Parts: sequence; C-alpha cells; structure tokens
Amino acid sequence: MSAILPPPERIWYKHPIDRVEGTWIAIALLWCLIMFFMMVGWHIWGNQNLSTETYRTTPDKFTAKAQAMVDKYTVRTETGDKTPVVAPPPGSDVYMLARLWNFWPILELEKGKTYRLHLTSMDYNHGFSLQPANINIQIVPGFEHVITVTPNQSGTYSVVCNEFCGINHHQMVGRIYIK
Amino acid sequence: MATATTYRTCPRSGLQFESSAEKLMIANAVAAVVFLLIGGILAIGVVLTRWPAIHWLEADTFYQVLTAHGIDMLIFWIIFFEVAILYFASSTLLRCRIATPNIAWAAFALMIIGAVMNNVAVFQGGSSVMMTSYVPMMAAPSFYAGLILFAVGALIACFVFFGTLVVAKRDKTYQGSVPLVTFGAITAAIIAVFTIASGAIILIPTFLMSIGVVKEVDPLVYRTIWWAFGHSSQQINVAAHISVWYLVAAVAFGAKPMSERVSRTAFLLYILFLQLASAHHLLADPGLSTGWKVVNTSYFMYFAVLASMLHGLTVPGAMEVAQRSKGFTKGLFEWLRKAPWSNPTFAGVFISIIGFGFLGGISGVMMGTEQLNMIIHNTIYVPGHFHATVVVGTTLTFMALTYLLIPVLFKREMIAPKMAQWQPYLFGFSMYFFCLVMMGAGTLGVSRRHWDMAFSGNALAYEWPGAAYLMMGLVGIAGIVAIVGGAMYIYITVGSLLWGRRLERGAESPKFTPIPRMAPTVVAQSHGSAGFAAPGTFLLAMVFLVAFVLYYFINWKYLSTLWGLS
Repeated sequence: MSAILPPPERIWYKHPIDRVEGTWIAIALLWCLIMFFMMVGWHIWGNQNLSTETYRTTPDKFTAKAQAMVDKYTVRTETGDKTPVVAPPPGSDVYMLARLWNFWPILELEKGKTYRLHLTSMDYNHGFSLQPANINIQIVPGFEHVITVTPNQSGTYSVVCNEFCGINHHQMVGRIYIK
Repeated sequence: MATATTYRTCPRSGLQFESSAEKLMIANAVAAVVFLLIGGILAIGVVLTRWPAIHWLEADTFYQVLTAHGIDMLIFWIIFFEVAILYFASSTLLRCRIATPNIAWAAFALMIIGAVMNNVAVFQGGSSVMMTSYVPMMAAPSFYAGLILFAVGALIACFVFFGTLVVAKRDKTYQGSVPLVTFGAITAAIIAVFTIASGAIILIPTFLMSIGVVKEVDPLVYRTIWWAFGHSSQQINVAAHISVWYLVAAVAFGAKPMSERVSRTAFLLYILFLQLASAHHLLADPGLSTGWKVVNTSYFMYFAVLASMLHGLTVPGAMEVAQRSKGFTKGLFEWLRKAPWSNPTFAGVFISIIGFGFLGGISGVMMGTEQLNMIIHNTIYVPGHFHATVVVGTTLTFMALTYLLIPVLFKREMIAPKMAQWQPYLFGFSMYFFCLVMMGAGTLGVSRRHWDMAFSGNALAYEWPGAAYLMMGLVGIAGIVAIVGGAMYIYITVGSLLWGRRLERGAESPKFTPIPRMAPTVVAQSHGSAGFAAPGTFLLAMVFLVAFVLYYFINWKYLSTLWGLS
C-alpha cells in the first residue's frame, strides 16, 4: 500500500504504469536524446570543441620549447620581473606554462588568426580560466595539452588560475593580448 | 548470534525498532549532527571571507577552513546520517533484528576515529589540499589514513545492512518484495560499495606516497579514479534522499508509489549509469578522448538523468494521488494548497524536491555537457550547483527526516515547534538564493576556492566586473541567512534530545511482529482529470521541462560567441 511496506503485488515489475508516468517517460527520454545529439552535433557543426591532442611531457622538455619561442618572438617585457611579451606569427605553436604561482610568458596574438596553444604545468594542477571570455581548461602536470584557438575579439584577456594550487593560488594570474 | 534482544513498537508511528539497531541509528545520527555543526561553524569562515566587502580570514586559514568544511559536510555529516538511514530501512522497515550489532559498532568506531584523525590533520595545518587533494600536492599521511579508516568503517556498515536484509529474508519478517524505500536504500548501498572501492584504490597509493613508499601517483589517473569516488559518493546521497522522499510521502500522506515498476526501475538505472557521471569532472582535462567523454557523460548519464526526472514526477505525483483520494480534487492544485505546509517534515521535503530539480538538476546537466563545461569548469558555478544538490537536496531532506525521527526514534517531544515550522523555509529558500547567486557569479567567471578575487598587489591583476562583486556580496548575505537556518536545526535537534519531554517508549516484546500481507490493490485510478491521475504534478513537470530546455539552449548560444576552439 505504501512505500514503507512491501508491495501487495508480489512481482513489482508487473505493476501497471499510469498515463501521467508513461507520457512523462516518453517526453523525458526524447529530451535526453536531444541533449545527447546536441553534444555530438556540436563536434560536427559547432566551433567550440575542446581538443583532445595531448602528449606526455616533462618540465624540462616543455620549458625548452617555450624558451625557444620566447627567444625568437619577444617584442617587449612587462611588470617588475620583466615577463616577456611574445608575439609569435599566426598559425604557429605557442606555449604557456603554469607554475607556482604565475603563467609564463605573456602572449600577444592576432584576432581572427589561428594558433596551436600548448599548455602544461610545471608542478601541481592549475586552471586556465580565460577572462572575460570565460573559457576554462584544466592544466595537469606531466601532460602537454594542445588546443587550437582562434581569438574572435581584440583586447586584454587575463588568465586566472582556478584550480587550487597552494597558499598563493589567488595571486596566480597571467595575460594574453589580442590585437 | 542469537543474542537476546527486544523489539519496541513506537506508539506514535507503529514502526518497530529492535533495541541494538535503535542504539546504532541514534549513535550514527548524533555523530552526523555533530559533524554538521562543525561544518556549519566552518561555513561562517568560508562565507565571510568570500564576501568581498568583509574578506575576513587570512589566506592560509581560509584554505584550511574550506578544506575542512568540504570534508566534514560532504563526507562525514552525510555518510553518518546515511548509515543511520540504512539501518532504519533494513531493520526498522523490515521489522527484523540488525545483523552483527558488534561489528556495526566496530564500523561506527572506525568511522569516528577516521573522521577525527582527518579533521586533526587539517587543523594542524599542512593538509589544506581541499577535499579533492589532487596529487602531486600532498597532505599529511594522517589526512589520507583518516579518510581510509572512515571509508572502511562505512563499507563495513554497508555489509551490516546487506546482512540485515538476509536476516529479514531468513526470519520471514515480510513477504514478497522489500518496500520501495528499502529498495532505494539497497541502491544507495550498492553505489556506496562501488564508491568506497574506488576511494580505496586511489587513496591507498596516495597514502603510501605521502609516507614515501610509492614514488609517484599519476596526476591524471588520480583525477579519474578520485572522481569515481568523489562524484559517486554524491550519488549515494541522491539514492538515499530520494528514498527518504518516498518515505515522507508515505508517512505524511499515506501515499503509495504511483507505480512500483517505474520507481524501482528508476533506482536500477541509478546503479547502472549514475557512476559514469563522475566523468563530467574530467571534461576540461587533457588526455581523454572525445568519445570517452561523450559516452560517459551523455549517452549513459542521461539514463540517470531520466531516472531523476522520473523520481521528480513520481514523488509529488504520489502525494497528489493520495491528496485527491482524500477529496482535495478541485482544480489542478488544491491538493498542493491543502498540503500540510506547517509540518516541517513535509515542507522540508517539498522544498528539497523543487530545489533539487530546478536548481541542482538543470545546472548539473548543463555542466555535464562536454562543450558547455568549458564555460563553468572550476568557477564558483560548480559549488553553486552542488549546494543545490547536496544541501537543498540531501541535507534539507535529512533535516526534514530528523523532525520525523525526534519523537519516533529519539522518543522526545520536539522543543520549539514553531521554530521548526519555519526552519525549512528559512534554510531552504536562503539556500535557493545562495545557489542562484553563486551560479550567477560563476557565469561571470569568478573562480571557486579562491581567497582574493581582487588579486591585490598583482601587476597583472584582473578586474572582475562590478556585477561579479555584487553577486559575491549576495552569496555572503544568503550564506549567513542559511547558516542561521542551519543553527536553528541544530538547536531544535540537540535541544529536543537534551531537554525535550520524554515520550512513551511503547510496548516491548522479545519477538518481532512480522509485516502482515497486503491485499492486492485495485488498479483503476478514480481521481484526476483527462485520464491523468496527477494532472497538477504533470503541469509542474512541464514547467520544469520548459525551464530546462530554455536554460540549456541559452548556454549553447553563449558558447557559440566564444573564441573558436578545436
């Protein structure tokens, strides 16, 4: 008779379904399928899909590649500790490393151009939170994640670390300029 | 273990309690409330620090308090309470003795030792690693050891529950299938076994790493397996609190499930698919394939979403059918208007159902969508979502259940009944608002687990829009109101246990009274309209669906304006 008593019909899976429930099951299932196809369809027709291109890396290997880019394309330095601002040519591989507690270097990219952005962490997990666009990607140490990005607006973007990474986590912020 | 025991029949509810099961339920429920109290005090520190105008605690204290708040609330408060529910759903509802009470006490002791050890580790400093404790960031060995001991205790408690089911079957205390609430509790316990096993697989090597035996735990493997523990533990809550919804519908209205088949199949879907939802924590991670992400978080997870959408209909639907058969048949909503709104058990559960569905459910599916995840990952939207599921869903439901249990299990008259009437409204609605403004701030990008959104003193500081500061201020205000609501609950519960008038225990007997066999019910529905037994609930469900569809596509629209990513 009730949810706290054994069902009167011994075989519960033969219990009839009311029309309210039957209708709702059909609607809910249909909606679930639409949501499923949305996700698949966006891979075909959408422009915002997170790349899965990933390589194992080490801090030394990654730093060497980032340093090579910095040596070649640095246009100026900013802030007290002279963080290089790097402007690699469109279509090239650009590197940003996350470490306790900053992002390095500052990038300067062009609007409407495509770049292969390589991300990794030198130490703990970090977060790549691009503001104000609000694009958020996890950075995991030991893995080099390659994301093809096409900035669609010019301006100054900040990269905020949004994965807790220790006592100065809230000081970890980097920058990307889009011309 | 044929030790002598007694069975008492509660004169107020007719429920039968075996004496050792009763003591175990009381012990576990009291331990749960103690951890809720600790977690609630810590919440003051979290809320007042994230309120930008107050920014109360120092950074190191804040991260420490936040770590302890998460673990005490999400793990200790909830799982202690769930163990009490498991014992209730087996021993009390099936009217049998509890299996191996001594082992159940040992499980309780392990859980207490583990919980205390973990808390001590956090408050000694050096273990402010957040609940997720992602490697290679390391906490003290006792941090992991405490969690492992707690988990072993909880696992043993699950097996005591399974053993109790066997006892009931063997002693023939009931006939046919177990009640729906017990069925739901079985789902919770099965998911718990999966969850705890995942936790052990990843926390044991991490513990060994912290004492220097293992050199390295892969950070991505850690994240993957940790979430099989971290997210699945929340699915135990879902199965448990939905069981309580059915329980309260049965007790407050005498409601019977609309269809045992639908409700039980929905619970089975949880066992089959719910754990896969843990994959949605990894949507922004490197190294996992698109196919893996889509299969885990969509195709299969949506069967679990389907199950929740079914429970969301069948619980209020059962209430509606019961109310209509009592004569509240006018229009679509007389059954709801004439519901016992001044009964805190019912009010708490109903506020929980609506908030869990509209706030927790819709946001959860949005977040769990592969591409949409990029606009909220690790923002304060995430705690906004899980406060709607775990606080509005689970905690509020457990609070509502406590009001039912004070006279029945604790045999005390509730003190301050007027305050109890208001408590679910104050706590529930302030939590609704708290979740909404957190999601609002998260939509603007504000980070979770972040001490200083102003980045004071940093040359590259990012300046959040004024709206983000406004939202975080509102988070502070709503959080404080919710904490007051939580304090009222603690006052009423603890006060009733200490000073409430003692109530009659009820007749005791050395033998259990088996559950009598029910007469089969007449199938035809005689109430409702347009051939629908619960038209009001159906309309509510359609409102929910429209909100869901709109919110879902608004987020896609926003996503389409962002940088091209591939």
